[in-house]
Amino acid sequence: MSRLLRGAVAGIGLLVVVGTLLWASPAGAQEPGADDPAEQEPGQSQQVSGTLRYKDDSGEDVFVEGLEVTVESADGSFSETVTSDEDGRWAVEVPGPGRYTASIDPDQLPEDVSLRDEDRSALTVTLAEGESRAVLFALQSGEGGRGGSHFFDRAARLSVEGLKFGLIIAICAIGLSLIFGTTGLVNFAHGEMVTWGALVAFFFNVTLGWPMVLSAAIAVVVGAITGLGIDRGLWRPLERRGTGLIAMLVITIGVGILIRYVFLYQFGGFTRTYADYQLQTEGLELGPVTIVPRDLATILISLGVLVAVALALQLTRIGKAMRAVADNRDLAESSGIDVERVVGYVWAAGAGLAALGGVLLGLAEQVDWLMGFRLLLLMFAGVILGGIGTAYGALIGSIVIGLLVQLSTLWVAPELKNVVALLVLIIILIVRPQGILGQAERVG
Amino acid sequence: MTETTPSPNTGFTRIRVDAFEDVPEQPGARKPDPILVVESLTRRFGGLMAVDVDHLEFQRGAITGLIGPNGAGKTTLFNLLTGFDKPNTGTWSFNGRPMRGLSAHKVAQAGMVRTFQLTKALSRLTVMDNMKLGATGQTGERFFPSLVRSRWRGQEKAIEERAEALLERFNLHHMRDEFAGALSGGQRKLLEMARALMVEPELVMLDEPMAGVNPALAQTIIGHVRDLAADGLSVVFVEHDMDVVRTVSDWVVVMAEGRVIAEGRHASIVTNPEVIDAYLGRHHGTPLDPAEQERQLAEAQAEIEAELEAEERAREQEGA
Amino acid sequence: MDWESIFSNTLESAIGRDAMVFALAAIGLNLHFGYTGLLNFGQAGFMAVGAYGVGITVVEFDAPLWVGVIVGIVGAVGLALLLGLPTLRLRADYLAITTIAAGEILRFIFRAAEFRDFTGGSNGINGFARDFTNANPFNGDFELWLISFSATQMWYLTVGWALVLLSVLLIWLLTRSPWGRVLKAIREDEDAVRALGKNVYAYKMQSLIVGGVIGSLAGMMLAISARSVQPDNYGTPTTFFAYACLILGGAATIWGPVVGSMIFWSIMAFTENLLRQLVENDHIPDSIMSGVQVGQVRFMLMGLGLALLMIFRPQGVFGDRREIALTTR
Ligand SMILES: Nc1ncnc2c1ncn2[C@@H]1O[C@H](COP(=O)(O)OP(=O)(O)OP(=O)(O)O)[C@@H](O)[C@H]1O
Ligand SMILES: [Mg+2]
Repeated sequence: MSRLLRGAVAGIGLLVVVGTLLWASPAGAQEPGADDPAEQEPGQSQQVSGTLRYKDDSGEDVFVEGLEVTVESADGSFSETVTSDEDGRWAVEVPGPGRYTASIDPDQLPEDVSLRDEDRSALTVTLAEGESRAVLFALQSGEGGRGGSHFFDRAARLSVEGLKFGLIIAICAIGLSLIFGTTGLVNFAHGEMVTWGALVAFFFNVTLGWPMVLSAAIAVVVGAITGLGIDRGLWRPLERRGTGLIAMLVITIGVGILIRYVFLYQFGGFTRTYADYQLQTEGLELGPVTIVPRDLATILISLGVLVAVALALQLTRIGKAMRAVADNRDLAESSGIDVERVVGYVWAAGAGLAALGGVLLGLAEQVDWLMGFRLLLLMFAGVILGGIGTAYGALIGSIVIGLLVQLSTLWVAPELKNVVALLVLIIILIVRPQGILGQAERVG
Repeated sequence: MTETTPSPNTGFTRIRVDAFEDVPEQPGARKPDPILVVESLTRRFGGLMAVDVDHLEFQRGAITGLIGPNGAGKTTLFNLLTGFDKPNTGTWSFNGRPMRGLSAHKVAQAGMVRTFQLTKALSRLTVMDNMKLGATGQTGERFFPSLVRSRWRGQEKAIEERAEALLERFNLHHMRDEFAGALSGGQRKLLEMARALMVEPELVMLDEPMAGVNPALAQTIIGHVRDLAADGLSVVFVEHDMDVVRTVSDWVVVMAEGRVIAEGRHASIVTNPEVIDAYLGRHHGTPLDPAEQERQLAEAQAEIEAELEAEERAREQEGA
Repeated sequence: MDWESIFSNTLESAIGRDAMVFALAAIGLNLHFGYTGLLNFGQAGFMAVGAYGVGITVVEFDAPLWVGVIVGIVGAVGLALLLGLPTLRLRADYLAITTIAAGEILRFIFRAAEFRDFTGGSNGINGFARDFTNANPFNGDFELWLISFSATQMWYLTVGWALVLLSVLLIWLLTRSPWGRVLKAIREDEDAVRALGKNVYAYKMQSLIVGGVIGSLAGMMLAISARSVQPDNYGTPTTFFAYACLILGGAATIWGPVVGSMIFWSIMAFTENLLRQLVENDHIPDSIMSGVQVGQVRFMLMGLGLALLMIFRPQGVFGDRREIALTTR
């Protein structure tokens, strides 16, 4: 019991550290309420607007009338659909600063008009306080077409996107898989480790203005220490106390909610970007695909890290011990492996990797308080696809999921892309519950 | 067979023993009246052939001991026969009825009930509820009838009486309203056996019913196993202790590395060079598989803890 | 500080809409999780099916409300079959992941612009509660001591709590019967139950269906009382809320989910009102907590509470300590 109390104290201590670290971060430092749409001064209206037009074959401007445009806030709390007027103009009043997505349905376009880039039927803008923005849908006359070489161009581009996304999922998910493998714990708070990494890096990079690379490194270290602390302070005492795995699963849900809202409290509900590597348009041309340096770096770093992890698992003492514990905990214990210590390492490594994944995800997309939680189900999908508990399985499964999510937009609307991945998750569980690389359980 | 049987019903015992008179003591031997017949059954785990049985018959009304070194495939064979696992190849029939592909609950309903090596007491149900659960064909277990008490009250009463009698017999009656989780390890083994009998099976398959039980209780369980046969049931049980096997079984089947390597009466088994080889020869000098050893130790440990706890509870109750 | 309004809001929340809706949702979950051991994290999906069943039927097909209710219930049965047929053979933790994924899939589909003609996209559906409002026998406000409800509120609360009582009765009848005994046994060890000749799969399916239908009633009541269906009301957090209510009250007890939900929402209302007043009256400086952040603190408390309950009192307010002690071995 006293151990548990000590654990609780350690946990609270950790939260205090989390809190103070974030205290100085933008939301805490800003004017109170400034980041909340509901507390905006009235009368200070903000708009997302645009004009729908294209040049016909003779080069004349043609305006598209009567097309529906939907503007949605990132958190889904605001959504409005308007129709363009005879001059192709449309505008939507939005409730406050934040990230908004304007989208049109390409199928509703007149016969002879198409999107120049089928991917760009939904455009995202970030509005600062009081700011209005215009967004432009790139239209062209004639069929854009989903067939022919255009299709393959898109497929190629999406494959690169998918690979990048899959690698990020993999880095985040290895910890999830290894923790499950060594302890049997299904950690519903793993997404928060991802967010934590992204936020710590944000604090150093944006609030303190340190270089991105250094900030990322710090985030990884802080993440690893946090993981270790959570293992020592919470899970280990609970395990000693004899708390069942299902109870622990529910506890991870509670802890996850707690941490998420601490993040929201401190960081605010907004999406933000890192200070470095944001605007990149020039990049490496590979056939139809242009890879900007940031993405290339993300892919290379991910690959490098994953190879390093694989080598470490294969060659180092602690790596072998991790695999042994994941394979058969009792056997490992009886052959003299200090399982608790190994589990501690797994938590540190898993959390560190998740933090790195968070930073990469923040670079690839943006940073917000819910980013890890949104990724959680995709991580589960990857991990289960590959066979939960195995490190290599998580890797392969995640990459497949990443590709799937991106490539599915060739056929389905982008907002449904996660549905495809989740359906695959369910189908895999039905067809082969042990995953691609996993083993069946025994009865009796 | 020379042992004297303390069973009250010696008539049955004689008939049972006689059944094996003309049976050759070799693997796959035909029995005069087999209740369960296994034909070319295999189960593979990756590269490991866990079960590979050409032909095996179990005699009706007899107690058959199934022995073999750890990892021989005994539990896996049980799992296959009772529908808990699917074989790669093979068929088997129970009372002449083909059983392949039947799910576990259908197998049990057909009259073939098994217990588990790691005891499965339903902890948060009372001992009595554990027992009642065993009864088949209950109206009250169907969804809509369950809502109307009058439809199942009578049957429930009858089931309860049967359960009382069995609990009496298995010396668990004083625990009838306790949660099963409060029972000691040995008591759980008893409960699991008694519960299996509630199904009114023809064949009971006991996976190590005496493992991790103190010698006195083991004797009691041996007595129960004998009584089952005396009542006309057929019994197959897995056991590692050769003394126990000698005292209870009419016939012994030996497995090693998935195969049946010998069959016969106890006396011929212990002198069979193949068997000695399986137990000692090939594994000579190799200790127990560490996982298995660990498991057994853990089981024993749990046992001791449960016993201590039960004692403590008893003391508390006295104090209160 | 206006203590009277704090207490009046707290009391109203104890028997208000959220308490009623989540009591229903948690009663359904109780059958799944408490009695059968099914870790269903897709309860919000069942609620959504109920709500959209009503909304789409009434608004898109111009059918009367009672047809919508039937469609919602049939939809919930359908979802249970669709979800259960393949997944009920899975281990508890896999089932958790699958059901959470299924719930999210449903939400994504309901809010997708693709199907806006039917579901209203992210705007949801309005204008299906007319039949319900018209049937309101109450007129004038209702007041009793600190509590006051409008006639509309009284009407949906009466109907809602009546449904809660009916569901409790149903669960009580089911769980005291041999049928309920099989469910509890499955929760303990399904292989043992199988070995005794019970079709475990069929029982789990029945449990999933009954609990899911009760969940769909929760969704309908939420939709009808709010007079609109919003896709984001049926997300994963909703399921988590229902779990919090259930565990607070005590899983596998008859009244646990109901009392749990009442306590849960009164705590939420109390903290919200208290903090809000402290912030408004500047007892808490704005630099520490702003108005919006009050709502967030509630969630923190809820997460913390869920974790602490699970650690220190997993049996909830009503559960049997002795019973729980057995599982934590
Ligand atoms: N689900 C499974 N997956 C992989 N291998 C398995 C599985 N179940 C059993 N095995 C392997 O099959 C072999 C036979 O196991 P089984 O449990 O049948 O042995 P046993 O004869 O019952 O041993 P014991 O006397 O120790 O209980 C063992 O090598 C075991 O490791
Ligand atoms: Mg065995």
